[in-house]
Amino acid sequence: MSGKDRIPIFPSRGAQMLMKARLAGAHKGHGLLKKKADALQMRFRMILSKIIETKTLMGEVMKEAAFSLAEAKFTTGDFNQVVLQNVTKAQIKIRTKKDNVAGVTLPVFESYQDGSDTYELAGLARGGQQLQKLKKNYQSAVKLLVELASLQTSFVTLDEVIKVTNRRVNAIEHVIIPRIDRTLAYIISELDELEREEFYRLKKIQDKKRIARKKAEALKEALLAQGIDTRQAVNNMLDEGDEDILF
Amino acid sequence: MGFMFNIDGGYLEGLCRGFKCGILKQSDYLNLVQCETLEDLKLHLQGTDYGQFLANEPSPLAVSVIDDKLREKLVIEFQHMRNHAVEPLSTFLDFITYSYMIDNIILLITGTLHQRPISELIPKCHPLGSFEQMEAIHVAATPAELYNAVLVDTPLAPFFVDCISEQDLDEMNIEIIRNTLYKAYLEAFYGFCKSLGGTTADVMCEILAFEADRRAIIITINSFGTELSKDDRQKLYPRCGRMFPDGLAALARADDYEQVKAVSEYYAEYAALFDGSGNNPGDKTLEDKFFEHEVKLNVYAFMQQFHFGVFYSYLKLKEQECRNIVWIAECVAQKHRAKIDNYIPIL
Repeated sequence: MSGKDRIPIFPSRGAQMLMKARLAGAHKGHGLLKKKADALQMRFRMILSKIIETKTLMGEVMKEAAFSLAEAKFTTGDFNQVVLQNVTKAQIKIRTKKDNVAGVTLPVFESYQDGSDTYELAGLARGGQQLQKLKKNYQSAVKLLVELASLQTSFVTLDEVIKVTNRRVNAIEHVIIPRIDRTLAYIISELDELEREEFYRLKKIQDKKRIARKKAEALKEALLAQGIDTRQAVNNMLDEGDEDILF
Repeated sequence: MGFMFNIDGGYLEGLCRGFKCGILKQSDYLNLVQCETLEDLKLHLQGTDYGQFLANEPSPLAVSVIDDKLREKLVIEFQHMRNHAVEPLSTFLDFITYSYMIDNIILLITGTLHQRPISELIPKCHPLGSFEQMEAIHVAATPAELYNAVLVDTPLAPFFVDCISEQDLDEMNIEIIRNTLYKAYLEAFYGFCKSLGGTTADVMCEILAFEADRRAIIITINSFGTELSKDDRQKLYPRCGRMFPDGLAALARADDYEQVKAVSEYYAEYAALFDGSGNNPGDKTLEDKFFEHEVKLNVYAFMQQFHFGVFYSYLKLKEQECRNIVWIAECVAQKHRAKIDNYIPIL
């Protein structure tokens, strides 16, 4: 980035005011974004720890569920197909809700039971109790899975948003603010330059005027010495020069 | 008596007893339980009668593969015996396969009711219960058609006739149909064994009576807290056990586990099973106790000679053994060794 990078703007007082306002705005936005990033980061950490917790739990619950499947198979024999053929609709369904964290909408999944068991009498003649246990274990496993899915989705979404926010914060801090600063400096230097030129011109005019006055006085002196008094001379009325009339 | 039996059944009984000697002993189980991985398990099984049955399976070995292979071996043995059997043993063996047929039909009916392609379902049926008409089930679009076109031709038709009318197929819960069928099947099987008479009747009637009573008790216990009404429940009790008729009537009125237990107090052997069971961790469940008792009865069947009970008992023992091996394999695969000893030993 070259040091000369600045906003292309005509250096004037007005532009300076504009730039000042923009600088203030940039500072404010930077602060706000920084706060947002911090809030997101906090939530992110929280979700991360929750994910770890759920995942460890998940391992145990899944293990138990898988084992109860083995137990049920031991008593009931092969019942997979019969159950598979009997299932018509999902019993555990998912509702999505939205959670708002610092302006970011996070999807939250919520499981709920829809209707009763489609195959309630499974294992009536054999292994019914094992099947009940199996159902209970897998239900808790599914619930945990849903929870984990919700956390994971939030995790990914948050991760993305945090990256974007951080990029913005950095961009404002390292690109936009310095550029405005440079523009302001440029405007000020230009304005100073103009002022100096103006001053010099004024000085020059004053000099010229003084010289002209001296010449005129010297002429008058000379005429006076010759006996012509111009001091009393009435100026020609037409020469007097009216004020310009502006309509 | 013996020499008459041996004319037709001698070879097969000998064969069956030979197969029975291949059933895993307690020492084999002790070895299996020690296994750390499924590969170890495979190695130990190679030392038994199972031999090289897993040799062609690529590792890593899955428990389901072991399960499939065990079943395959059993089916081959059984079909070999069935192919050499003559009347009345062949009918007896057919009767054994009917229970698998019931399961298959139930599976196919449920599948067709939910519009699954039949070709997908056929491979999932138990091979022992396959029958010619199975492929034809897909021609039936409605349960009524299914009954008229397919089921009447199957050996199961009499069971359907007795208990299920056409409209029932539409409305009834599939599990109730299954149990009603099974009830009819058990009663028919019981009657058939009775008609054979002799040692077969002695041995088989005892096993089937126990099976009937076990179903009645388990159905009662499992129906608590479900939508199954007491009347419906009573219709599912097979009426050929020792509990018929008084015990079944009492079971039909039972409202909770304690009442079932009270009913069983009147029957010495069942009372013992209830006493030995518990729901606490570490205790054997009632079903485990029932399994142990079943195994005991089946082992007793081998104590007598010249009867058909050995074939039934052999199949049941072998099935129990398959479940045991799968159980141990699951425990090993899931590294869940705490309960690995819960298999049902076959003495």
